[in-house]
Amino acid sequence: MRFDFNQLQGMISERSRVLDLGCGDGALLKLLADSKQVSGYGLEIDPEQIQKCISRGVNVINQNLDRGLGNFEDDSFDTVLMTQALQTMRYPHKVLDEMLRVGKECIITFPNFGHWKARCHLAFKGRMPVSDLLPYEWYDTPNIHFCTFTDFEVLCREKSINVLHRQVVNERSAQLLGNLAPNLFGETAIYRLSK
Amino acid sequence: MTKTFAPDSVGLVTPFTVQFDEPLDLACGRTLSNYELVVETYGTLNANKSNAILICHALSGNHHAAGFHSEDDRKPGWWDGYIGPGKAIDTNKFFIVSLNNLGGCSGSTGPRSINPDTGKPWGADFPKLRVRDWVHSQARLADSLGINQWAAVIGGSLGGMQAMRWALEYPSRVRNCVVIASAMKLSAQNIAFNETARQAIISDPEFHNGNYLDHNTYPKNGLAIARMIGHITYLSDDVMGEKFGRDLRSGSFDQGLDELVEFQVESYLRYQGDSFSKNFDANTYILMTRALDYFDLAREYGDDAAAAFRRAQCDFYVASFTTDWRFPIERSREIVDALISAQKNVSYTEVESPYGHDAFLLPNEHYCESFSRYLAGIDTE
Repeated sequence: MRFDFNQLQGMISERSRVLDLGCGDGALLKLLADSKQVSGYGLEIDPEQIQKCISRGVNVINQNLDRGLGNFEDDSFDTVLMTQALQTMRYPHKVLDEMLRVGKECIITFPNFGHWKARCHLAFKGRMPVSDLLPYEWYDTPNIHFCTFTDFEVLCREKSINVLHRQVVNERSAQLLGNLAPNLFGETAIYRLSK
Repeated sequence: MTKTFAPDSVGLVTPFTVQFDEPLDLACGRTLSNYELVVETYGTLNANKSNAILICHALSGNHHAAGFHSEDDRKPGWWDGYIGPGKAIDTNKFFIVSLNNLGGCSGSTGPRSINPDTGKPWGADFPKLRVRDWVHSQARLADSLGINQWAAVIGGSLGGMQAMRWALEYPSRVRNCVVIASAMKLSAQNIAFNETARQAIISDPEFHNGNYLDHNTYPKNGLAIARMIGHITYLSDDVMGEKFGRDLRSGSFDQGLDELVEFQVESYLRYQGDSFSKNFDANTYILMTRALDYFDLAREYGDDAAAAFRRAQCDFYVASFTTDWRFPIERSREIVDALISAQKNVSYTEVESPYGHDAFLLPNEHYCESFSRYLAGIDTE
């Protein structure tokens, strides 16, 4: 199970309606369907991932998120989720608007580009960060819009988005440091947002 | 010597005819007092009769969806690529029922059949059927086979319309509805293509107001042109370009030559039209295209597709193809959006394919894989 899924589970209400943007292989939706009896859909664009969703019995809709969510009605889902995909969006701020329109609440997780390892990469090597979590070279990567936790929070402030909760999730033993100085030591953050 | 078929072929199949004597009330207000449907089945019906799949055919389709009628057949059934042991519609798991729709010309009661009231072929007087009439006649067929509930009703194009109508007319009798390259209603452009095809038939002097059989003739040219028009719209610009380009079949553009120049695409289309017109019935073609035009899923639900789908109790799988301009991906997206709005379980794949509307009949990895996995997930116990 991906390390952020455990925390996410606790944030979703029983039997709620969930829309998962960039749902990948459908593992999270399947988990939520089994543990919380949620109903809903995943949106995905990669054929192989779509096929995996279908095999899991997860509702998956072939849809490019850069096209927006115009086909979904206002407040039609309890929670709109997006895990580790914000940085791949062409217009992350517009996607955020759309998520908040369609969902009563949104949950977003993304990797922190302000993490000390990323900073060191740039500061000392003079190269764009490449890590286990983000293994792509700058010229060939789906991740086109990186941000730090602080960047994201500034955007939320500018858009008057309520940050209901922020949880820093670190894969290994760095949880304590992550809580102490999130933007420096946090690897991934889970944000719960509302309008 | 016995010919061996590929291991993933259903092999030799024999169609059979089912006779119905209970009158069928039609949407147009008329009644068919009795009728016959010609049917093929593949695979084995399980003890619970819970593994049956209904295949609904498209405009020019028939009951022969898979396998071969004789060892000498050059071509298998029209959806053989997707029906067979281990194929997407797996005959090891499912019992598959495929019929020629009422009004057809491959053995089921249609315009070529004898009207019991007159003793002559129905011809143009055969009732104008709508998609729901087919669905009701298919329900009678299910009754006769002892099938109370389909594991899935599957159809492409006009067949997809039947599958959707099934989900609304008999919600408790369908567990899964598979809608491929279809639409909840045709666009004006689509109706325009159909009307042009119909006019090609009707304006053929051999048509005789649809009663050509009484004159021992048929509107061969009109029907061929209708098919040519249809065929163009089933292919994409790209695939036509790739297949034929501007290649010449005969003649040349050399200076000083006055002979007729014929492009490959012309000869191909004429061949398609000619061979179709020999095997198909003109009145059936008119009837089928009208059924397509008339279909409007949500008409009786206040034009609210989500309200219509709220009646359905089944799960849905929808697929469309990127270069299909006759049933474009937008039409499938509308279906999916309405299903989401109705809070139904649905999965949707938008398949990259260069082959236009015909893609739903052709091999394609993503399509085949998604379709197979969806059907593999259906519980048949």
